[in-house]
Amino acid sequence: MILVFAEAVNGQFKKTAFEAVTYGNKTAQLLGNQCVVLTLGKVNNAGQLGEYGASKVYNVSDANLDSFDSQVYASVIAQAAEKLGAKVIVLAHTSTGKSLLGRLAARLNAGSVAGVKSLPDIAGGSFKVTKGVYSGKATAEYEISSDLKILSLSGNEIRPAKGGGEVAMEELHLTVPSPKTRVLQVKRQEGIVPLPEADVVVSAGRGMKGPEHWGIVEELAKVMGATTACSRPVADADWRPHHEHVGQTGLAIRPNLYVAIGISGAIQHLAGVNQSKVIVVINKDPEAPFFKAADYGVVGDLFEVVPKLTAAMKKFKAG
Amino acid sequence: MKLLVCVSKTPDTTSKISFTPDGSKFNDVGITFIMNPYDEWYALVRALELTEKSGGTVTLVNVGGPDNDQTIRKGLAIGASDAVRIDAEPKSALFIAKQIAEHARGQYYDIIFCGKESIDFNGSEVGAMVAEFLDLPFASYASKLDVSGSTATLEREIEGGVEIVEVAGPFVVSAAKGMAEQRIPNMMGIMKAKSKPFAVVPPVAFPDYAVPVKYTLPKEKTGVKLVPADDMDELVRLLHEEAKVI
Ligand SMILES: Cc1cc2nc3c(=O)[nH]c(=O)nc-3n(C[C@H](O)[C@H](O)[C@H](O)COP(=O)(O)OP(=O)(O)OC[C@H]3O[C@@H](n4cnc5c(N)ncnc54)[C@H](O)[C@@H]3O)c2cc1C
Ligand SMILES: Nc1ncnc2c1ncn2[C@@H]1O[C@H](COP(=O)(O)O)[C@@H](O)[C@H]1O
Repeated sequence: MILVFAEAVNGQFKKTAFEAVTYGNKTAQLLGNQCVVLTLGKVNNAGQLGEYGASKVYNVSDANLDSFDSQVYASVIAQAAEKLGAKVIVLAHTSTGKSLLGRLAARLNAGSVAGVKSLPDIAGGSFKVTKGVYSGKATAEYEISSDLKILSLSGNEIRPAKGGGEVAMEELHLTVPSPKTRVLQVKRQEGIVPLPEADVVVSAGRGMKGPEHWGIVEELAKVMGATTACSRPVADADWRPHHEHVGQTGLAIRPNLYVAIGISGAIQHLAGVNQSKVIVVINKDPEAPFFKAADYGVVGDLFEVVPKLTAAMKKFKAG
Repeated sequence: MKLLVCVSKTPDTTSKISFTPDGSKFNDVGITFIMNPYDEWYALVRALELTEKSGGTVTLVNVGGPDNDQTIRKGLAIGASDAVRIDAEPKSALFIAKQIAEHARGQYYDIIFCGKESIDFNGSEVGAMVAEFLDLPFASYASKLDVSGSTATLEREIEGGVEIVEVAGPFVVSAAKGMAEQRIPNMMGIMKAKSKPFAVVPPVAFPDYAVPVKYTLPKEKTGVKLVPADDMDELVRLLHEEAKVI
């Protein structure tokens, strides 16, 4: 049995949860097995996970599961895995999934791979998956030799695929320990797709000259339905908030489309973005290293090019 | 306060990565190794700041061979009190975590620090594993850490925002950017490091369940397609019709 932990944020499932269930379902098909989903705490509309391939959805509800504590969550997921006889546990590679993966591996004495990019290769009875290493500069194939395997699925790697129908949710009764951490406050920006989940990212660097010019970047992002990002010096200078910083020491992202504006393309920047499917670079210097990593390039002054691109996008969206 | 900081050795951030021709091993010819930036800049420095304020010790722990000694000495030069190297090849995260947990068990560290992730294997796994082996709470991706008495308040990075959490008693934390500012070791630190306690101990037996068996480099981009700066309609058309991303 393949057990997927589907994480909900304020009761709502997000794309990463649908991706994880889709991955779990495809893995189950490969192994001739069933994909069972576990949800924790208060969740809305868990039956919809059946559409992505869950043959069954279990929920554990307990006030101690309403905010996240890795120790409590790992204990409950591990109990469910043992009770249901899981062979593979799938998590999403989110801040929650990442905090659970290692705990589960230690608790259940199992091999784990973080940030998986491919379905398992089970040729010859082995179990191999790939993941990005060296901050996205390379890919490694990992072989897992333990009976139980625990994986966290990298975001944007597989498309959530609908096929099945709604399934019923069943309550599972397990022991829920009390948390030793207490969540005092959650500050989320509303109405913005978080960077790791964004399909389109519009990012800008020191070529912007100063924070007061970011309006043109935000406008482009708005018409493209994109999330904004920035290079490290821009975040270091407090031109932009730190959570926008992408690269080797910031976030590693893999959107479908990454638009880089006034960013030179230093190796540490590329490390965080070069797994994007398509890269567009706008830079006035034709020698900027970023062009070597780009699919489409525009050599020109960003203060002229960006508003033109925004206008062209508006025209396109208007159809 | 008695603090432990887990430090690993990684290739320098500017390194051009390559592998042996059969793809089985990292090619370290011409590579400069550094201390993993999250371990050095944030975890270690914040640990030092806390002991400078309230007294205590900062111990470094590393799982690795003698090729890690230089990295560990740098940590001592930055200000750690002593170091332990567990002499084993660090092949899998669970193995590494087991070694660290066995060292920490019975030492009663108040806080065990590690980095948010290693910039080579990017697993973000070791910290959570150490926490589980020791049955301790784990606060991951902390960009702020304040301690008052036996309670710590942390700011954690979550998707699209931050979460503020409070934890009592000993715990494991993984450090993200923002927790502290990088410190450069000075001459005196480097001199003092030479006489600080540095133990090398054997590992406990533990299997490697998940190991890399083959590495590949990404396909080179076939070449950038340049679009004239005054024809953004063309760029939009290409993104829609050719790349199919909008
Ligand atoms: C250990 C370490 C870790 C690092 N980690 C990261 C990381 O995670 N992320 C990261 O981003 N960086 C990181 N860096 C920094 C990295 O090396 C570069 O310094 C940084 O990425 C450069 O940012 P930039 O491209 O915005 O600025 P610059 O290099 O200054 O480039 C600005 C670009 O804008 C162009 N430009 C200027 N004016 C215009 C205009 N009017 N129109 C169009 N184009 C224009 C210029 O041609 C230039 O290419 C790290 C460095 C180190 C040493
Ligand atoms: N070989 C090692 N020795 C000591 N600590 C390590 C080692 N490898 C990883 N760590 C710690 O675990 C953190 C996360 O590493 P990883 O799970 O590889 O992303 C690092 O930032 C270090 O603090």
